[in-house]
Amino acid sequence: MSAPAEGQGARPGLLGRLGFSGRTLVIAVPMLWLLLFFLVPFFVLGRISLSDPMLARPPYTPLFERGPDGSLEWLGDLENYALLWADSLYRNAYLSSIGIAFTSTVFALLIGYPIAYYIARSPEPRRTILLLLVILPFWTSFLLRVYAWMGFLQREGLINSFLLWVGVIDAPLQMMQTTFAVQLGIVYTYLPFMILPLYANLTKIDEAFFEASADLGASPVVTFLTVTLPLSVPGIIAGCMLVFIPAIGEYVIPALLGGPDTLMIGRVLWDEFFSARDWPVAASVAIVMLFLVVLPVMWLQDYLDRRGLKG
Amino acid sequence: MNHHRSAAQPLAADTKPWRDASARPFLSIRGVTKQFGLFTAVDDVSLDIFRGELFCLLGASGCGKSTLLRMLAGFEAPTAGALLLDGQDMAAVPPHRRPTNMMFQSYALFPHMTVEKNVAYGLQREGVARAEIRTRVAEMLKLVKLEALAARKPHQLSGGQRQRVALARALIKRPKLLLLDEPLGALDKKLREETQFELVRIQETLGTTFIVVTHDQEEAMTIATRIGIMRDGQIIQVGEPREIYEAPESRYVADFIGSVNLFEGRVDAAAPDAMRIVTADIGPVIVPPQPGLKAGQTVWIALRPERIGLGHAEPAASNRFRATVEDVGYMGQLSVYRLRLPGGRLVQASLSNRLMDDDPISWDEQVWASFSPAAARVLTE
Repeated sequence: MSAPAEGQGARPGLLGRLGFSGRTLVIAVPMLWLLLFFLVPFFVLGRISLSDPMLARPPYTPLFERGPDGSLEWLGDLENYALLWADSLYRNAYLSSIGIAFTSTVFALLIGYPIAYYIARSPEPRRTILLLLVILPFWTSFLLRVYAWMGFLQREGLINSFLLWVGVIDAPLQMMQTTFAVQLGIVYTYLPFMILPLYANLTKIDEAFFEASADLGASPVVTFLTVTLPLSVPGIIAGCMLVFIPAIGEYVIPALLGGPDTLMIGRVLWDEFFSARDWPVAASVAIVMLFLVVLPVMWLQDYLDRRGLKG
Repeated sequence: MNHHRSAAQPLAADTKPWRDASARPFLSIRGVTKQFGLFTAVDDVSLDIFRGELFCLLGASGCGKSTLLRMLAGFEAPTAGALLLDGQDMAAVPPHRRPTNMMFQSYALFPHMTVEKNVAYGLQREGVARAEIRTRVAEMLKLVKLEALAARKPHQLSGGQRQRVALARALIKRPKLLLLDEPLGALDKKLREETQFELVRIQETLGTTFIVVTHDQEEAMTIATRIGIMRDGQIIQVGEPREIYEAPESRYVADFIGSVNLFEGRVDAAAPDAMRIVTADIGPVIVPPQPGLKAGQTVWIALRPERIGLGHAEPAASNRFRATVEDVGYMGQLSVYRLRLPGGRLVQASLSNRLMDDDPISWDEQVWASFSPAAARVLTE
């Protein structure tokens, strides 16, 4: 049947008459989602960050007040942001978060790249199995897996027991409640997010590039450095972002595996909101963190565009 | 065919070394076999190629020609046999140490490098001095007429430009042997015809030995010094384009190169100066004596369309048959006639339009077709 169904095409529907095409509608759904659950909360947070804390409901001061003469008076200020700058606690928490996220990302890349490379070079039946193994941990709760690491890292945990039994050490090592444990937890948890984009990128590279490089006199190592690595830059960037961004704001892993010395912005945020009930400071901490994450992402996107590597 | 090496050129042994039995081959392929599991891609191929040749490996897809080329480049190791280049056995030499270079069918230009960097890549790997790299790249880009595009990335080039970058990159190291895998396959028809001559010009300028893999018989006929026709992993005939066309050794080759009419027949009787072959389609055919044929043997007569003459009057020629004109295709300088034999079979003939002016032939007419004994090629397989 080639005749259009009644109501379609022949007579535009209500939305069509209002100027909505099918395409706008499809785009509108995710846009609406982003608007409702990202942009609106962002402005709410921004608004709270300009207030002062107050024992009330909600626990912050309003932005405007009616003066005695009936005029509107602006009460908001950037005091909270000044505090973030002045108090070394916040600065250290940011720096330490970035530091931990950065080292974890580097390790995830160093471990993830060879794995992704190996999977991408594997013949078909093995490749699918290996990919499945990479995704398999997602079937178990993230929390359970972090708890499992506690079992490994404790004073009486598996690793210490084994090392004592072998005789490598005389006294148990302090592994729990260290920055090392936090980094280990982050690398372990986010490794699949590194491997998958790298794998997707590496499989797309035409085998003929490697052959052409060898044909022109490049040894396998040189081919890797001059052809494979530069062509996998988009995958490296995607993987690093997928690890770095959530790692900066990570709360659960430092809370469970980290000690009092492991200062991460996620914990500071939690403490401000729930222990100190200082919503305005917590809100400003969150906003600053957002910019710390968004700016490098924008810069990288721009970099990829300029190099013509995207897509 | 074979326009660039003009027919007037004397057939000196130094321009056609394959005609000289004592000439030393530059590349010697000896009994090379390649198996993938149970599948034999290349089956006991032996072939000698001489310095400065532009040799075409021609065959349908899956005939093993690309596998043979990849073995020369070192990407595949032969299951059996030996490859000797300039006297050196290539078996233990990895691809990056071979004095061969390859132009890939997909070109495989590095997308993250400019044209200049792509072309310079091979020289950088050799550790050539920077200044020399610059001069040699500039020279090479000039040869392929790409000087103006040196700073472009591959994705900013047209298909024809990319093809020339790939050629320049493969030639920059002055390889002993250049391997080209369907070098013109990705170009459209018009560009392909122009580029064929360009490729030959570059090959003659540099004197490099080229081995070209192609499935396009016209392309092979136009550019090659010699053609090797492959089928099912074997080389079934090697020869100059003219030999292959005029003297095919099998029905497959006769049919693969150009158009041909094939008639099955039986050797009837042999006289010292002629031989009679009886066919069901066109009756008895007189051919020159063929050594090695026995009376009663089944053979095939291959007859090129342009070797058939047509006319309304009965010709004096000994080889003649009657047919009805079914269709006439006007092609400009010549017309192609489809003739229906009384037995129902179709035969193709092509005649120059200039010759047909005084006796024009049209649809549905009864005509006489004739051909000389020398025009018929007798095939036993």
